Amino acid sequence: MKVALTAKGTDLESQLDERFGRSQYFIVYDTETKQFESFDNSQNVSAAQGAGVQAAEKVAKLGADILITGHCGPKAFQALSAAGIKVYNTQAPTVKEALDLYLQDKLTEANSPDVEGHWS
Amino acid sequence: MIMGIASGKGGTGKTTVAVSLAAAMGEKVNLLDCDVEEPNAHLFLKTQHKESKIVKVMIPKVDEELCNGCGECSSFCQYNAIITPGPKPVVFAELCHGCGGCALVCPKKAISETQKRIGTIEISEGDDITLIQGKLDIGVAMAPPLIRSVKAHLNSHDVSIIDSPPGTSCPVITAIRGCDFVLLVTEPTPFGLNDLKLAVDMVRNLGVNFGVIVNRHGIGDNRIHDFCKANGISILLEIPDDREIAEAYSRGESVVEALPHYRRAFEGLASSIRGMLLNRGE
Repeated sequence: MKVALTAKGTDLESQLDERFGRSQYFIVYDTETKQFESFDNSQNVSAAQGAGVQAAEKVAKLGADILITGHCGPKAFQALSAAGIKVYNTQAPTVKEALDLYLQDKLTEANSPDVEGHWS
Repeated sequence: MIMGIASGKGGTGKTTVAVSLAAAMGEKVNLLDCDVEEPNAHLFLKTQHKESKIVKVMIPKVDEELCNGCGECSSFCQYNAIITPGPKPVVFAELCHGCGGCALVCPKKAISETQKRIGTIEISEGDDITLIQGKLDIGVAMAPPLIRSVKAHLNSHDVSIIDSPPGTSCPVITAIRGCDFVLLVTEPTPFGLNDLKLAVDMVRNLGVNFGVIVNRHGIGDNRIHDFCKANGISILLEIPDDREIAEAYSRGESVVEALPHYRRAFEGLASSIRGMLLNRGE
């Protein structure tokens, strides 16, 4: 299973980016191989509009089953749901800590967006 | 003749100038309120309501039976209004600019277009002024399609004044593109100058003739005059920082109506613009 996380850098020690659509990077962690890869999201960081939905499409194309991020707005949530991606919100400071919380089953799946659009 | 009234900074007096210039033209004028997020020219006019129209844009509708989920529509859309995160596309109508491109590129002809209301146009008439006001529905983020619908009421043989939204982004460009002349209203403050510079870059990019109006002349300093002089820009009118103007505004009266001694200044402005356009062979 593939877990996507929003990150401010390219490795597991990076800070978790609390934004989804305008996250600087996405880190995709494979729970079977225990390997990860990072993907640049700078194009969406400066998107005029629709960063959240575009990011959802990108995360779906990366094959993610799960998204762990700080916050997720309504349009992004709708797009992620359409892709069958489950969303988990966390305030964990780093990617590694967020991932550990998830792997220890300490995160709860979000059933709705947790912020309005354009919250930051 | 189409004249646009714009400004980088908001609250510099675009509507004050638009309404007063309309009254000082001395002939029939169409006043187009293109500040569709907050139209206010009607507050200063005694026009009678004549007609309301509903404005709609086309948004895509996907036939999931025909769609094969190829994602061509999503790669085409620059506004992220249609994306394909899963097997079928998802439409975000509030992001859609209504260009119809997704329907054109769909290889399965699975996308048709359906209408979505974005606002209204209110037409009202006075003695010499016909007001055509665009009013965006609450919650709608897409001003340019409504501004284009307001501008569809322009015709080349009438004198028209376009009251534009503030700023230098898409709604403003939609409003002033195609104008014969644009008046940039500013105030002699650091904010006024900063935003005037942005507005000057914008009109120069669009290739539109323009001049500057300094409102609240007497406050601040000479920075607007210095900038205009250094860049060869004409200042066509200075409106003093006069409490009586502010009082008339607060009562919903146009300057030329409430304070007749200003009428001549606006008549002078009208004739300078006419003169400049004639000299340029319009």
